[in-house]
Amino acid sequence: MKIVVTVKQVPDPNSNLTLEADNTLSREKEVVLDPGDECGVEEALQLKEAHGGEVVLVSMGPERAKDAIRKGLSMGADRGILITDPQLAGADALLTARALAAAIKAENADLVICSTESYDGSTGMVPPMLAELLGVPQLTFAKKVEVNGSNVKIHRQTADGYQVVEAATPALITVTAGIAEPRYASLKGIMAARSKEIKQIGLGDLGIDIGESAETIQGFADAETRKAGVVIEFDGAAVDRIMAVLAEAKVV
Amino acid sequence: MSKIWVYAELHQGKLAPTTLEMMARARTLGDVEAIALGGGAKAAAAILGKHGAKVVHVNEDAAFDDYVAEPATAALESLHKQDAPDLILFGFTPDSREVAGRLAARLGVGLISGAADVSEKDGGFVAKVPYFGGAKLASMKANKKPAIILLRPKSFEASESGGSAEIKDLAVSIDAGAKRAHVTERVVEASEKVKLEDAKVVISGGRGMGGPDNFPLLEDLANSLGGAVGASRAVVDAGWVPYSMQVGQTGKSVRPGVYIAVGISGAMQHTVGMKASKVIIAINKDAEAPIMKMADLGVVGDALKIVPALTAAVKAKKG
Repeated sequence: MKIVVTVKQVPDPNSNLTLEADNTLSREKEVVLDPGDECGVEEALQLKEAHGGEVVLVSMGPERAKDAIRKGLSMGADRGILITDPQLAGADALLTARALAAAIKAENADLVICSTESYDGSTGMVPPMLAELLGVPQLTFAKKVEVNGSNVKIHRQTADGYQVVEAATPALITVTAGIAEPRYASLKGIMAARSKEIKQIGLGDLGIDIGESAETIQGFADAETRKAGVVIEFDGAAVDRIMAVLAEAKVV
Repeated sequence: MSKIWVYAELHQGKLAPTTLEMMARARTLGDVEAIALGGGAKAAAAILGKHGAKVVHVNEDAAFDDYVAEPATAALESLHKQDAPDLILFGFTPDSREVAGRLAARLGVGLISGAADVSEKDGGFVAKVPYFGGAKLASMKANKKPAIILLRPKSFEASESGGSAEIKDLAVSIDAGAKRAHVTERVVEASEKVKLEDAKVVISGGRGMGGPDNFPLLEDLANSLGGAVGASRAVVDAGWVPYSMQVGQTGKSVRPGVYIAVGISGAMQHTVGMKASKVIIAINKDAEAPIMKMADLGVVGDALKIVPALTAAVKAKKG
């Protein structure tokens, strides 16, 4: 079974982002493999361990996104593909999906695994677009995945429980962070990853044009912000202060 | 007059609240047609009419309920071929974004997601999209027709505007090619006592709660106040509590009378989903946490001591 996992390098969720004067995020800070993608890589590795096959990581980003791919390779993935091209900087969701689809099509994967949404954008729009462009069904919000021959079955998390959703492969799956605890890369894994292939490709290799973006950003405005209120230490009077606020809001 | 479509999200025949919220905005932008698919579509059409839809396209084929996204995409594509709208609105919800994503890719038009508002400008549409945790609002002009825009839940108040819709059968045959991701079973794990989205008081816990074993402290407080318990993405991802409790960008949006954030630092992912709350109380050991800068009252200290003390005080007051 061949499994492609899409991976993304994102600003470390544990670091404090700042906004630059031009309203771009300060991404020069520490960047990491998206924690959600780590779970996707882990799930792919577990499926490979159970069924055999190959795990290929595909990413789009600047050259340094190789570090994110390398992290996944050190966990045990077999090889990586980085789509990098200056023209892709600031790509919208559809262009991102088109570039990923072009690279993934060439792989003829049985399963494509994405995280449900990235940690930085958190819009979750690329996976359904990618499924559409690959011409495969989408099984989303998976908190459990079972593969049985050419059938894949997931537990799709819903607001009040889950649904069992099944499809024939090839298929695209999005996984939630709860699906599998990502393994730590062993020293051996880290050493092995150094010699694993990361193929770098550009727009020319993919044969797609960038087209017109779905949107043009016309400007930014400060959102209505809440005024900071009172900050107090927890002492003998703190509970009374909270109670006063609750009483004013008429909930006690 | 612009022609606006609203994709009605149905859950086992019941309209998602977000759909009616969107109707309140949609009817100010032009002539609204809603698309309702699956079981209960006709009953939903009557409600959509009261909320301002002039036409509701319905199809009650069970395939819309039993197969993920693709039958709905095929139906919308088919209707689009007959009579393309200027704007299609979807809820920014897990189910709707799957259909919106597929449709945007199929039509090759892309989309704007996570918008808090949309308005008409110079014959086109401009979405306001919260950015950087909601500190900024980006104005995004849609370049394509139809513009596809996904609106966040709780962005508008649903209200009836009177009137009734003309109901049109949406004739489309869903072939085997669209019946692939098959929902074969639905399992309900937990029935919420008070729904998070409807609760007047929400008490949410984050990493500062220390571990899942301490969440019952929040339950006790919620019970004493008649409220519901929410959580940050960090603790949902860590598996402490189920996703149904997640408040934030990719969880639920809430705007209760009182929101109590316990041990939550206030990452943008979270605050987008709760900053419209009327009153915010933050309990955190870190006085510098971002949540403290948006709270009406911030209490610096150990959540595991403060919460039980507060619960006791509420119980004492209520007798």
